[in-house]
Amino acid sequence: MGGNISTTGPSRPVTQEYRPRPDFFRIACLLASILTITLLAFIVGEILFKAWPAISKFGLGFITGIQWSPNREVFGVLPVLIGTAASSFLALLLALPLGLAIALFLSEDFLPPAIRQVIRFVVELLAAIPSVVYGLWGIFVVIPLVQKYGAVIAAKFGFIPFLAGPAYGNSLLTASLVLALMVLPTITAISRSSLVAVPYALREGSYALGATRWETILSVIIPTAAPGIVASGILAFGRAMGETMAVAMLIGNSQRLSWSLLSPSNTLSALLANQFAEADGIQVSALMYAAALLVMLTLGVNIAGEAVLRRTQKATAGLR
Amino acid sequence: MTRNILLATLLAASVFQANAATALNASGATFPAPLYLRWAADFHKANADTTVNYQGVGSGAGVKQFSDGITDFGASDVAMSDAEITKVSGNVLMLPATAGTIVLAYNIPGVQAGLKLSRDAYIGILLGTIKSWNDPIIAKDNSGITLPNLPVTVVARSDGSGTTAVFTAHLDAVSADFASKVGSGKSVTWPVGVAGKGNDGVTALIKQTPGAIGYVEFGYAENNKLTMAALQNKAGNFISPSIESGAATLASVNLPENLRAFITDPEGANDYPIATFTWLLVKKTYTDAAKAAAVKAFVNYGLTTGQAVAPELGYITLPANVVAKVQAALATVK
Repeated sequence: MGGNISTTGPSRPVTQEYRPRPDFFRIACLLASILTITLLAFIVGEILFKAWPAISKFGLGFITGIQWSPNREVFGVLPVLIGTAASSFLALLLALPLGLAIALFLSEDFLPPAIRQVIRFVVELLAAIPSVVYGLWGIFVVIPLVQKYGAVIAAKFGFIPFLAGPAYGNSLLTASLVLALMVLPTITAISRSSLVAVPYALREGSYALGATRWETILSVIIPTAAPGIVASGILAFGRAMGETMAVAMLIGNSQRLSWSLLSPSNTLSALLANQFAEADGIQVSALMYAAALLVMLTLGVNIAGEAVLRRTQKATAGLR
Repeated sequence: MTRNILLATLLAASVFQANAATALNASGATFPAPLYLRWAADFHKANADTTVNYQGVGSGAGVKQFSDGITDFGASDVAMSDAEITKVSGNVLMLPATAGTIVLAYNIPGVQAGLKLSRDAYIGILLGTIKSWNDPIIAKDNSGITLPNLPVTVVARSDGSGTTAVFTAHLDAVSADFASKVGSGKSVTWPVGVAGKGNDGVTALIKQTPGAIGYVEFGYAENNKLTMAALQNKAGNFISPSIESGAATLASVNLPENLRAFITDPEGANDYPIATFTWLLVKKTYTDAAKAAAVKAFVNYGLTTGQAVAPELGYITLPANVVAKVQAALATVK
């Protein structure tokens, strides 16, 4: 770098002869990246090290066990794993259609660009609201709603295991509803950029063949942007799994297996947030084991999301 | 320049002066924290050269920080176990400093305070065998009250806590069924209901959920105007939680020589059934004589003048015989 800079230009007085120096900027960047990777490795290593007594004592039984009783030194996280997966999946199920619809609306020319910009800004602003505020909003708005209609739903549709009573305000459903709102910006932002990236020539071609706007959206634009949309979903899933504060405030913190969405449940991150402060002995190890599982799950999901996103960018690169 | 140096020296000297006064660091249980903070503030007013810095980090963390030598004294709702005492090579005295009761607070629309819960009733509720408020087992003892057909929602603590330990120790002692299904400890698995973090989390859940019942500290419940149930004690009487009924419980406890007494099921006719001492953990021997003197002075203040403010904050004044025993133990601190 910088080797071609002329130091003998007529307008610039020569004060010093050019001498190649080490590229400090590059070295600084390299050090920063190495530091980041080392830090991640250190965190994972430390978690595994602290978790080791529990890993060697409980093994895989920890993952398949359905009881979490610290007072009896019985530790099984299956209900919590299910709660984590179920709340994130349900949030995604609710947020993906909505987020995709917003992204479509913002990427097509239904509205003047200025208004689109405002809506986009507002949706992305949702990502800036602190988690605890979502939790409070959930307590004061969502819980009363779920309490009010949950009992009615359980009474009418209780024969379906997913909707069986008794209905609780602090439940898997409440947490999922708030989580859906929290991951909405992730889905909207990434889907929108992949929809915008669909080459204009493709739309024009579709219209030229006589397709209507909806036909174009459904059979040309969405399929072309599909990998990006899928990636937005995966990344949103990862975010939902790691979410802690709002979930701990809303999900009811119960480590019992239940089919019903109206029952309290728990997630790995909420369990950790609740029990770390007063844990001692093997319970600390067990919580570290749970933390290791959470790190692996979120890392795995995020890597999958990134991989899909990369592949999309490569696949559509030829079309641009 | 020289003037600046002079100023800096003076400043440093004054800071050093402040350090020469004794600062005590302490941490531990959150349950008595409001009382200890009040003591610390009042004590500092009376003794300007001693500052006590107490942090309510939780009993478990309090014991740990005390054992690691981070704090000068600790505090815990659960007396240290023998293993924990061995860890500090026995260099610890556990001194009961105050006491409190744990109440069952409820939110039943249309039902005022004074619901009577027999042992069968509250054990049944907590084990999930009683599912509705109009259950005959509850109604039997509450003839004057119309109980609604409302589902019971049990609210427990989601975090590990001394409150849970004391509460479950009582349930474990009075019900073999509870002992086999749940057991006792700082963090247990409840067969039914939801859980909130801390006394405040539980309080919020109780207030928000019609049909909820949960356990919190008496002082906390009173400050938040929760409606509390009268519980049946060992003698068979229904006792409302109050400073007086808590004091009756403490009066009937026979404190052993090591000052570790677990009140699981008091026997007196007017005793409120769920009460606990909460302990200060001090070293038997301090390396710093000034610190030893300051700790002794502070704890002694708490045991004497400090006891008078306890009821204002919802804690129970220690009976005179207990104070005498604790003071005798405190005198041995070097």
